[in-house]
Amino acid sequence: MAKRTIEPLLWTLFSAGGVIAALFIPIQLLLFGVVFPLGLAEAPSRERMLGLIGHPLTRLYLFVMCTMALLHAAHRFRFTLYDGLQIKHLNELINLFCYGGAIVLSIWTLVLLWHIP
Amino acid sequence: MNETPIYTEYHPRWYRRRVSTYWWLERSSYLLFILRELSSAFIAWFVVFTLLGIRAVKLGPDSYQAYLNWAASPFLIIVNLVTLFFVVLHAATWFNLAPKAMVVHWRGRKVPGEWIAYANYGAWAVASLVIALILLI
Repeated sequence: MAKRTIEPLLWTLFSAGGVIAALFIPIQLLLFGVVFPLGLAEAPSRERMLGLIGHPLTRLYLFVMCTMALLHAAHRFRFTLYDGLQIKHLNELINLFCYGGAIVLSIWTLVLLWHIP
Repeated sequence: MNETPIYTEYHPRWYRRRVSTYWWLERSSYLLFILRELSSAFIAWFVVFTLLGIRAVKLGPDSYQAYLNWAASPFLIIVNLVTLFFVVLHAATWFNLAPKAMVVHWRGRKVPGEWIAYANYGAWAVASLVIALILLI
């Protein structure tokens, strides 16, 4: 019997996360990373941001977007290290770093979004 | 790896050409491939940047203002401009590949690949517009 692996699940998460990252990240980064810092438009006030983040739908969106993007990035970065640098002998360490990092940051996301004042 | 392969009478070693660690610098298509793959690191950075923002909003008005000031420092603007290049590269390459990953049939006919790509770009435009309207108005 073929050995069952977690690989298909990881590839599915990679694809789903890739779509979410492609659709939603560029505009958010454009606004918060470039447009607001350069003063091309005014950043939302803290009250407005708190209201937005406090909404259950926004929180659900932020949680799904962040965790899926992290899992996508972890999977792809793992193969970047495999193929780009050809450090195949460090498999376990790379997996721990990539997926471990994604899981730790996902937990932080959950903790941050769990309670909004 | 040994430069001079050792052959024995019964177990000849396979010949494998050594691939340079910098193989991805040899052709522009290889370079584009590795840049596309590297976009993953920048997506991870975006998530961290966003989470720090959520944290700042939660902590209070002073923290939020400090976050905005930090994001407006020249170093952060450069980092985020580079990140923007990579996330757009990710989005464009992802949507261009979508027709190859997703073959759609409609009334017994294969939907042309370009349509799938256009649909993805359309969804990208709509999603961007909605988020921009929410944050700017």
